[in-house]
Amino acid sequence: MPKVTVDGVEIEVAPGTTILQACEQAGKEIPRFCYHERLSIAGNCRMCLVEVSPGPPKPAASCAMPVAEGQQIKTDSPMVKKARRGVMEMLLINHPLDCPICDQGGECDLQDQALFYGFDRSRFAENKRAVKDKDFGPLVKTEMTRCIHCTRCVRFATEVAGVEEIGATGRGEDMEITTTIGRILTSELSGNIIDLCPVGALTSKPFAFTARPWELRKTESIDVLDAVGSNIRVDARGSEVMRVLPRLNEDINEEWLSDKSRFAYDGLKRQRLDRVYVRDSGKLREASWDEAFTRIAERIKGLDGRRIAAIAGDLADCESMLALRDLMAALESPNVDCRQDGAKLDGRVRASYIFNTTIAGIEAADAALIVGANPRTEAAIINARVRKRWLQGGFPVGVIGTPADLTYRAQNLGAGPRTLTDLVEGRHDFAHVLEAAERPMIILGSGAVARPDGGAVLAAARAVAERFGAVKNDWNGFNLLQRASSRVGGLDLGLTPGIGGRDVAGIVAGAAAGDIGLVWLLGADEIPMDSLGSAFVVYQGHHGDVGAHRADVVLPGAAYTEKNATYVNTEGRVQRANAAHFPLGAAREDWAILRAFSTVIGKTLPYNTLAQVRARLIMANPVFAAVDGIVPAPWQDFGTAGAMTEAPFIDPIGNFYMTDPISRASVAMARCTEMIGAGRGATGTHG
Amino acid sequence: MSGARDDRNRGAVMSVIVQSAKAFILKELIGGMWLTLKYFFRPKVTLNYPFEKGVLSPRFRGEHALRRYPTGEERCIACKLCEAICPAQAITIEAEPRADGLRRTTRYDIDMTKCIYCGYCEESCPVDAIVEGPNFEFATETREELMYDKEKLLANGDRWENEIAMRLKAEAPYR
Repeated sequence: MPKVTVDGVEIEVAPGTTILQACEQAGKEIPRFCYHERLSIAGNCRMCLVEVSPGPPKPAASCAMPVAEGQQIKTDSPMVKKARRGVMEMLLINHPLDCPICDQGGECDLQDQALFYGFDRSRFAENKRAVKDKDFGPLVKTEMTRCIHCTRCVRFATEVAGVEEIGATGRGEDMEITTTIGRILTSELSGNIIDLCPVGALTSKPFAFTARPWELRKTESIDVLDAVGSNIRVDARGSEVMRVLPRLNEDINEEWLSDKSRFAYDGLKRQRLDRVYVRDSGKLREASWDEAFTRIAERIKGLDGRRIAAIAGDLADCESMLALRDLMAALESPNVDCRQDGAKLDGRVRASYIFNTTIAGIEAADAALIVGANPRTEAAIINARVRKRWLQGGFPVGVIGTPADLTYRAQNLGAGPRTLTDLVEGRHDFAHVLEAAERPMIILGSGAVARPDGGAVLAAARAVAERFGAVKNDWNGFNLLQRASSRVGGLDLGLTPGIGGRDVAGIVAGAAAGDIGLVWLLGADEIPMDSLGSAFVVYQGHHGDVGAHRADVVLPGAAYTEKNATYVNTEGRVQRANAAHFPLGAAREDWAILRAFSTVIGKTLPYNTLAQVRARLIMANPVFAAVDGIVPAPWQDFGTAGAMTEAPFIDPIGNFYMTDPISRASVAMARCTEMIGAGRGATGTHG
Repeated sequence: MSGARDDRNRGAVMSVIVQSAKAFILKELIGGMWLTLKYFFRPKVTLNYPFEKGVLSPRFRGEHALRRYPTGEERCIACKLCEAICPAQAITIEAEPRADGLRRTTRYDIDMTKCIYCGYCEESCPVDAIVEGPNFEFATETREELMYDKEKLLANGDRWENEIAMRLKAEAPYR
């Protein structure tokens, strides 16, 4: 362990540490533009110069120089100060003075560092250069004159996103950052280059000119548009979400965020349900809460519990699902389901429906088998983690299902479930790879278990996991990759049909046949609404999507940025989202709506406050006590034996940019769909 | 001992006599009248407002105005520095890309009842768009009329442009 002295303080650092990292460990801040912890070292901005002795009598770029025993590092000497001033002056030669119209203003590294380390005037009187703007697509706005050529965006695209779509042409003053000529960015992680850009060269297009960072109210929350549960920061002004940014969480999203989670927020301002509606002679009209509740209560009065059903949607929070379950229990209805896609998962064995390896655990795996999933569209952040592991080498990846570009090399093993049997019986070459692996992992897509033979596929995947030692004392390599943020929470709370109850398909069939008289949809939009027959439909949610169009009573709920709610991500990690602003109009938090309705029918639910609901959540399932933590799920028998069809696994998400009511209402996502993605195909959770 | 007391008594008696004499010959009254008469013939310092007005310093901070470039293009670029600096939080700005992609405001409101006329907005403006002009006669009958919007401010700018430009020029060496 080399010992170095930073500004007179001796510290011991790990071998291979760079001088910049050593200085950081010693608590000294080194200014930098091109250096980023999660990207490779470029060493081209020269802002991190420090004085190192012994060594040549000139400043050294600390980001690219490893420490050596006995080095004396000075970060604050006159030489260093002069060097930084000089570098800053050079960087500003060609940087326009357009901070007032730059969206980065107020959160700009160049602005801040010019203030702290720069020279207080300019000696450059010649003309500045101007660079033509490039088209980076519908999400990233460019102002290439501002670029200081740190190449962070190039390195991010190549290394993390795994798409070689950004590069540099020319040298010296003629250097320009550009995409592949004539193309736009197609990466699902492209928004992250906006955060990486230390200047205002790359900014958010949907956010352009709308707000300044200092006028935004920042709320730390959880993303729900996929099942990753990325940690986000919601920036709001008044009752309007202005932007969504990622928040650092090493266990989940590191500091990245997928484009859908980042840019779909404008969907929160469109197609919103902010008033109560009831249907009168075929037309929805505005009503009061009392009137709507009375109408539902009248309808319920004559109905037997078996003729009432409830379906929880993909964006539902755990508090409201608990209230829905309790309400249905009070009405003696066994017809409750949270699996809109018809997945053959039940809440019995927790290990069967969560991502047991955990996202951070992917980095410890040494082989992966992806079954019936496209992690790139289903969980872009998890795919980035798999790629990160793949880049470290010694990580063979096999895929069963539709061939797709996953940004890392993957061997296609077969199309359908038969390959699973082949693997177990050792008839496939990849069996040797899995055999040789210490800690293999299997990623089973939620689409693969939503098939009619899903139960058998689940059992076959379990057999593969057990056969190749993917489940051991200290390692669980069996993973179910969920797509809906509500699914794990719903299964944890047991939102599955009770004894003699109907699942989603059964409820729809029952409603069509007239056996089901009332269906309560808690944000459920991915079921065939046309097939609900003459059933009385209550839609409780925040967007006027297909569910609200079919509904007889519409109860406006709060969207994920408007409520303090609990979500469980695909790893089984319980996380709390915080409200960035109050719900719009007459909308209320969903659990409170259900609680208020329960009083109208005289079956009052036993909680009045959020704290009481959360206490009951823990009573319903102790995993809810471990907020932000992971409770390892015990390995048990699951899946159903049975024949599997020859049908190939299909990619369940047709269009990455539109998978839920929020992203379907979003203009930014519509533009992405038009310019990048396929047309509006399957929504991904459609049954 | 008794001699000193006699002196004091004599002084008091004299003082009463002098005071009474002054009162009888109306000295103060005539002095006052004389002063009045002096000023009666001096030039007057009051102004016949509103027909006459005093001289304003170029630094006078009066009613706000949004200026334009000589081409007619509005100067304000929605940087929101004035909104940020305003100690009374009287300024409200909303912005979005205009049809031609430029950064411009869609809303620029000043609540003149909140404004304390400190001039920070003018000082913070990088393009000399928002200025406090020479106009101080904008009293209104209702509060609502003092909620200025962008249209009103731009109209002010157009109306006062000559004066504002002259004053900015006069102040330029000191900024």
